[in-house]
Amino acid sequence: MWDYTEKVKDHFLNPRNVGEIEHPDGAGEVGSLACGDALRLSFKLDENKRIKEAKFKTFGCASAIASSSALTEIIKGMTLEEAMKVTNQDIANYLGGLPEEKMHCSVMGREALEAAIANYRGEKVIKEDFEIVCKCFGVTDREIIKAIREDDLKTVEQVTYYTKAGGGCGQCHPKIEALIEKVRKEMEKEAPPPKVEKKKLTNIQKIKLIEETLGREIIPALKADGGDLDLIDIEGNKVLVALRGKCSFCPSSEFTLKQYVETKLREFVSDDIEVEEVRP
Amino acid sequence: MKTVYVDNNATTKVAPEVLEAMLPYFSEYYGNPSSMHFFGGQVQKKVDEARAKVADFLGAEPSEIVFTSCGTESDNAAILGTLDSYPEKRHLITTRVEHPAVGNVSTYLGRKGYRVTELSVDREAQLDLDELRESLTDETVLVTIMYANNETGVIFPIEEIGEIVKARGIPFHTDAVQAAGKIPLNMKKSKVDMLSISGHKLHAPKGIGVLYIRKGTRFSPFMIGGHQEKGRRGGTENVPYIVGLGKACELAKKHLDEENTRIKSLTDYLEAKLLEKIPNTLVNGDRIHRLPNTVSVSFEYVEGESILLLLSDLGICASSGSACTSGSLEPSHVLRAMGVPFTAAHGSIRFSLSIYNTKEEMDYIIEHLPPIIQRLRDISPFWKDYLKSKGKG
Repeated sequence: MWDYTEKVKDHFLNPRNVGEIEHPDGAGEVGSLACGDALRLSFKLDENKRIKEAKFKTFGCASAIASSSALTEIIKGMTLEEAMKVTNQDIANYLGGLPEEKMHCSVMGREALEAAIANYRGEKVIKEDFEIVCKCFGVTDREIIKAIREDDLKTVEQVTYYTKAGGGCGQCHPKIEALIEKVRKEMEKEAPPPKVEKKKLTNIQKIKLIEETLGREIIPALKADGGDLDLIDIEGNKVLVALRGKCSFCPSSEFTLKQYVETKLREFVSDDIEVEEVRP
Repeated sequence: MKTVYVDNNATTKVAPEVLEAMLPYFSEYYGNPSSMHFFGGQVQKKVDEARAKVADFLGAEPSEIVFTSCGTESDNAAILGTLDSYPEKRHLITTRVEHPAVGNVSTYLGRKGYRVTELSVDREAQLDLDELRESLTDETVLVTIMYANNETGVIFPIEEIGEIVKARGIPFHTDAVQAAGKIPLNMKKSKVDMLSISGHKLHAPKGIGVLYIRKGTRFSPFMIGGHQEKGRRGGTENVPYIVGLGKACELAKKHLDEENTRIKSLTDYLEAKLLEKIPNTLVNGDRIHRLPNTVSVSFEYVEGESILLLLSDLGICASSGSACTSGSLEPSHVLRAMGVPFTAAHGSIRFSLSIYNTKEEMDYIIEHLPPIIQRLRDISPFWKDYLKSKGKG
């Protein structure tokens, strides 16, 4: 039983823009009866070359119908350039998410849109130019590579969920694995991970933050166990505290200080803080 | 919203009499049947009584009944237990339309170096017995062929097959999980060596099954542990569930007649009306040699999951052989093996009835399914195309 969002259910039970435009400006179809899903998309442009009307016909499951309905709503009012940028993830997000196994329904939406726009422009998307990796579902390497890049796919299973490739006899799994490795290596080289810069605090800011963190995060937790803590002094990065209540004679107090208090202060204030206990 | 449950081949409701029979064995008579004291001993008696009921239901001896945890375990035990008894023989015969509890075991054995022959089926989902005859060899360790198919309800000619297989002295197992309780089974008059049944298809709870093993059949235990079930299946007996299954078999024997008259007429009525009211509808499988409670229909140009969800919204519970519901991306292996055309394979719906279903429920389905199909056909690109091609568009 699929866990469909309310929006998916809505677009399945009340699909928007069902139909076929009589004399469309652009029309495209992907999928087939054999595949188990198919989408026929048609659109009409206004004087400003924006999509005035978009209609769809879909053979497929609830995800397929909902994805198609969502797509037509998304592209209305867009220019073709804007529409070309709509990704399958946009369609899934519009619906509040799709089960991973159904992501290929949103990919089908994007492909139908590409086909319709290409049709308008008089271009031909020739599948023969690309290599068919999955024979069972006729999926090319171009489609798989696109899905890996756009949807950050890491496993063969995910590729199957997004493109259907590998969902039949399974003989293309090694080829898919090889593609994943190759493409992800390229992706790593292109985008180094961004560095997270921590802001430097002034002394006054630091002291205030330490007091705040103690008051909000740490002391209430200790009090809940019958303990307490007093802030005695702050010297640079050293925070001097005295444990009170049950904490003052608890054998785990050393642990409490280091593991709990210090960790929390390092998390909220600065990662070079040290906590020391002041004993009377 | 009322629930119209027509998915009994997936699972059945536990009969009230079965539940009642089980309850004392949880908190009152909870002893271990193997114990020496009276507390366990009294429970042992009840297990024996249940075993006798199951034996009577199957036309077998009580000593030939082994309780398992489910149909899948019975299938696994039958196959692996036989292979283990004849390690020199490495050829297995089965069919392309088995339940995964047999099919996936065969696939696993294929990977382990066994040669597996999968007999094909025709458009009616029936076997070719010549193909079976030709595939038997001296290396064949086991033939395992299901009694009746869960998806189409088609019944295989098990006794005829038994004659052929036993003439060669080869062990013969049948997965009768769907057949039990729907058609009569009598091991006294049968050539079958081993037979699997499952409690939850018989108005007993999920989690109990039986493997029938004919006296004299070589068998190595699959669940290895204590000495329970005469050393054939280790594990403390699931007493309440065994008692429940005993009761369920007793009831099933009584209801066989009703299943094959009243229920059969409801199934046929549903099928006839759907064919009449919805154009481009096909029935999948042999309509004559079929379980009295099962009908698989395909609606062209629409997809199964969509149909099921719209039915579900109305309280109607059925299942499908479509890709989206199969767990993989391809339509059910049974429909593919039958060569169902792809215009229809994805739009298949299975209705499976039980003695709890009524004519009013059938009328409810007959009333609501045609508009659902039409609604989905209005959304499908292929329906209009089809109409156009027929000059009706």
